[in-house]
Order: sequence, then structure tokens, then C-alpha cells
Amino acid sequence: MELIMAVAVGILFTVGVYLILSKSLLRIVLGTSLLTHGVHLLLLTMAGLKTGAAPVLGGQAEAYVDPLPQALILTSIVISFGVTAFFFVLAYRAYQTLGTDEMDSLKGEEQ
Amino acid sequence: MSNLLVLPILIPLCTAVVLIFLKEKLLLQRLISVVSAVLNVIVAVILVQRIHVEGIQTLQMGGWMPPYGIVFVGDMLAALLVLTTSVVGLAILLYSFRSIGEERERFYYYTFFHFLLVGVYGSFLTGDIFNLFVFFEVMLIASYALISIGGTKLQLRETSKYLLINIVSSTLFVAAVAYLYAAVGTLNMAHLSQRVADAGQDGVLNVIAVLFLIVFALKAGLLLFFWLPGSYSAPPPAVRALFGALLTKVGLYAIIRTFTLIFVNDPGFTHTWIAWMAGATMILGGLGAVAYNDIPRIFNYNVIISVGFVAFGIASATPDSLDGAVFYLLHDMLAKGLMFILGGIIITAAGTDQLKAMGGLIKRYPLLGWMFFALALTLVGIPPFSGFAGKVLIIRGGLESGMLTLSLIGLGSSFLVLYSLIKMFRLAFWGNEPEREYPKVHLRGVTVLAAGLLALVICMGVGAEQVYSYVSQAGEVLVSPALYIEAVMKE
Repeated sequence: MELIMAVAVGILFTVGVYLILSKSLLRIVLGTSLLTHGVHLLLLTMAGLKTGAAPVLGGQAEAYVDPLPQALILTSIVISFGVTAFFFVLAYRAYQTLGTDEMDSLKGEEQ
Repeated sequence: MSNLLVLPILIPLCTAVVLIFLKEKLLLQRLISVVSAVLNVIVAVILVQRIHVEGIQTLQMGGWMPPYGIVFVGDMLAALLVLTTSVVGLAILLYSFRSIGEERERFYYYTFFHFLLVGVYGSFLTGDIFNLFVFFEVMLIASYALISIGGTKLQLRETSKYLLINIVSSTLFVAAVAYLYAAVGTLNMAHLSQRVADAGQDGVLNVIAVLFLIVFALKAGLLLFFWLPGSYSAPPPAVRALFGALLTKVGLYAIIRTFTLIFVNDPGFTHTWIAWMAGATMILGGLGAVAYNDIPRIFNYNVIISVGFVAFGIASATPDSLDGAVFYLLHDMLAKGLMFILGGIIITAAGTDQLKAMGGLIKRYPLLGWMFFALALTLVGIPPFSGFAGKVLIIRGGLESGMLTLSLIGLGSSFLVLYSLIKMFRLAFWGNEPEREYPKVHLRGVTVLAAGLLALVICMGVGAEQVYSYVSQAGEVLVSPALYIEAVMKE
């Protein structure tokens, strides 16, 4: 199971990196969100995907899954959510003010 | 155990929250900001004194014993950095009053300012690797806001690049934490250090160490600095000062922490990476510093050179060079803060940031000119000033560990620093005034402020002996991580 997840994470990273290297700002924002999806899945996978009950104490189960990475992922999700929202608004403002979303035309030295 | 350790984080946090409610009351905002910044300096002094007397302070959040809870650790390095940050922060805050402009002040400038300080203080004091990530994000999100506030074309353009590079590096940070957690199963730094030593830092852990190095190098501008010169040129001078003095130093601190506490068992592999990255950073930064003729870029490349220099101190990892790295880091935060403030004043006085369009400023602003000259000597490391002691220690440590080439590069980079700053001094202050009129501006207040900061830098150089007794205490912990582990895991 970990192997399949590793491949899935690898694909997410590949697509994310490909999108980040493209020219349109919108595709770059999408790339960053795919990258963060990949890294959250990676966090879940790396802590082990052993079968066990959900980490809620009422279940009377023999074993539970590791609750720590779930807390880490939850934290990371809200952070990347905030940053992505900011990035989208920034891209929108940049489009309004600069009149383009091509990264190529955001080069140069002029004010 | 005492709650003193959390105060440097709590004070700016509460201030930032209160300031949200005072959007239109600018005077009140300024007053509260200053009171909070002064309080922070006082708390930091008390913290340094207490650690000096009683040794490393730890604070378990919520009373959970390490490694199960989050622990805050105040060793001498962290406390000294907190103190320096609070002093530089206060100076930049005072400079902001004069330079940032009402428009930006109205849009929560001081709130973001204090949130940035929360992130910086938190990064210095935390003892948990994921908590470090969270404080990094607090700092970075505040910096995204500060770099884009005002919304000029240049700022919008550079913010999108700055944002992208930091999202990628944060993603890599989480990936590195995930790998490390899978390899050793803990997040507490002291516990990590034990577990990594037990596991005998083999191939997998070395890969993780290099991944952390890449992440922190991206934040600190160590070799991976391609984003820095452009991004740090975009915001107004006060914000630039804040970034140049504090942000890269947090990345450097993270490198110091990870490679003196956690990944210490295979220095032949990891520290060689740092050494060559440091060498390349000093060379490329030096080339950039002499290549440009506009003030922000010269300054930004100077920031990069000093990052390389501190990393060189970390790489040779002798007691001397680690002491030197700490001393130089403290000096550099103060001096770079002063450099950006003086640069901001010069830009205001000349009405442009292009050196070619300046000249003859020494006749109008003699004090400013000589202060800039003194600063240039400080940054190069001429003996009576504060840059000297750190440089000597780092070079001596480098020679002790047999890194002759890098020591020469380090000394050579000092010449490039000197050349770039003296070129600036010559073009801006000597010569004839240009054809166009200089703007009429009031600079007395900010000049006095800069003079105060310069006096502090000189005191640090003259009183290097006194400062060194604190610095060597910080260096001890870096040389023997057992001290840190004992302090955290004592119960």
C-alpha cells in the first residue's frame, strides 16, 4: 500500500513541478496546490499506513493509527490554504494592475 | 521552569491582535507599538541575564514532558538572537514612523510588523521541528503582506516570485519533516538528536540532512539566493531593513541548529556541502555587490556575502569558528539593520536610488556621510568596529580545520564588500552635485536614530571582550549538543 501511495505522491510532485515551470501565473498557483497535496499525502504515508481504528478513544480497539501525522497534516493544510488564497488574490491584483498573467512579461528592471 | 521564555512571543502577538482594532488611530498604533517593542527589549535583556547565570532555560507547554509536548528552549544563542532582534526591531519601528507613510500605516502595517516579530522570536526559541515550520510560516506570511503592502507594480511583480519560491521551500520543509519522522519517529529536537545519533546517521539520514540544508539555504539565501536581490528591492526601505536584518538570519539560525544539534555525526559529508555552498555564496555575492550601481542591489548582495561568511563558520565547526559565527551573526543583524536604514535615508535625501544620479551629498549631510563611512568600515571588519572579532574567529577556525581556500575566499570577499561600499560612498558623497535639484527633506530625526544604532555597533566592537563572555557561552552549547539534550530531557 505504501508503494502505491509513494507512486501517487511522485506523480503529484511531477505534475506540480511541471505546472510551476509553465508560463501562466494561474497554472503556477495550481502547481503549488498539487505540490502541497503531494506533500500532505507523503506525510500520511511516511508515518505508516498500518490498519487500526481511527484515533478516537471511544472505539475500544486493539490498535489505533498514529494520530500525530494527522495533526501535522491538519496544521499544514490550513497554512497552505491561507497561502494559496493569498496567492490567488495576488495573481488577480497582478493581472488587474499589470494587465498580464504571463511570467515572461514580469521580467525586467523598470519600475 | 518559568514562563519568561514565552514572553518574547506573547508580547508582539498580543500587540498585533490589539492593533487590528485600531485601524484608523495612527498615533495610538505607534504608541502601542513602541511600548511593546521596548518591553520586548527589556524582556530579552532579563532572559539573557538569567541564562547567563542559571544556564539553559526550558519551558514545557501545557506541562507535557518532552518529547511528548512542545518545548521552548532558551539557550544563550537563542536569547542573544532574541535580544538583537528586539533591538533592531525597535530601531526599524522608529524608522518606519518617519518613512513608511500614512497610506501603508492605515493598512495594518504595524500589525504585520509585530506578526513578523512573533515568527522570528518563535523560530529562535522553539525546540520542536514542526513548530519551527509553523513559526517560519507565521514569519513568511507576515513578510508576504509586508512586501506587497502598497501594491505598486514592482511590488506585485516581485511578490509573486517571492511567494512562489517560499511556497516551494515550505513544501520541501514538510517533506523533510515527513522523512525524518519516518526515519526516527520523533519531532522534538533534543530527542531527534539522540535518535539520529543512535541510528548512526547513515545514508538515509544524510539525504534528509541535505534536504533540510536545501530548505534552509533557500530561506537564508545560501547559494540558492537567486530570488533575493529582486525581491528585497521591491518594498519600501523600512521593510527592506526588516527583511535584510532578520529574515535570512532565521534561515541561518535554523542551519546552525540542525547541523550542530541533530545532524552532527557525519560532518565529513554534510559540512563539506555547507563549506562549498558558503564559498560559492561569498564569490557570487561579491561579484553581485561590485556589479551594480543602485543602492538596494548593492545592499542585497552584501546580505548574501555575510550569509556565506557565517555558513563558512558553521562548516568548519571548530569551537573558535562557531563562536565567531555567533558573534558575526549578532554583529551582522545590527549592522545590516543600520545599513538599510542609512541607505533609506540616502535614497530619501537624493530622491533616487541610482548612484550615477547622485554626488556631493557630503556638503549637505556631513554627519550622514561619515556615519556611512564608519558603517562601511564596520561591515568590512576594521579592528575598532564590531565586524572584526567575528571575522577573526571564523578565519582562525577555518585555518585550524585546514580550509585554506575558503579562508582566502572569506578574506577576499571582505575586499569586495569594502570596494562596493566605498564605491557607493564615493559616488554618492564626493564629487559634484548633479544638475537636478535635491529634494528638501527633514532628516534630523532619522539621522539621530541611525547614530544611536551606530553607537551600539561601535560599543559592541569596543566591548567585544564583554560580549564574548556571552557568545562563548552560546558557542559551548553548539560544540557539545549533550548540554542541550540534558537541559531538555532532564526529567
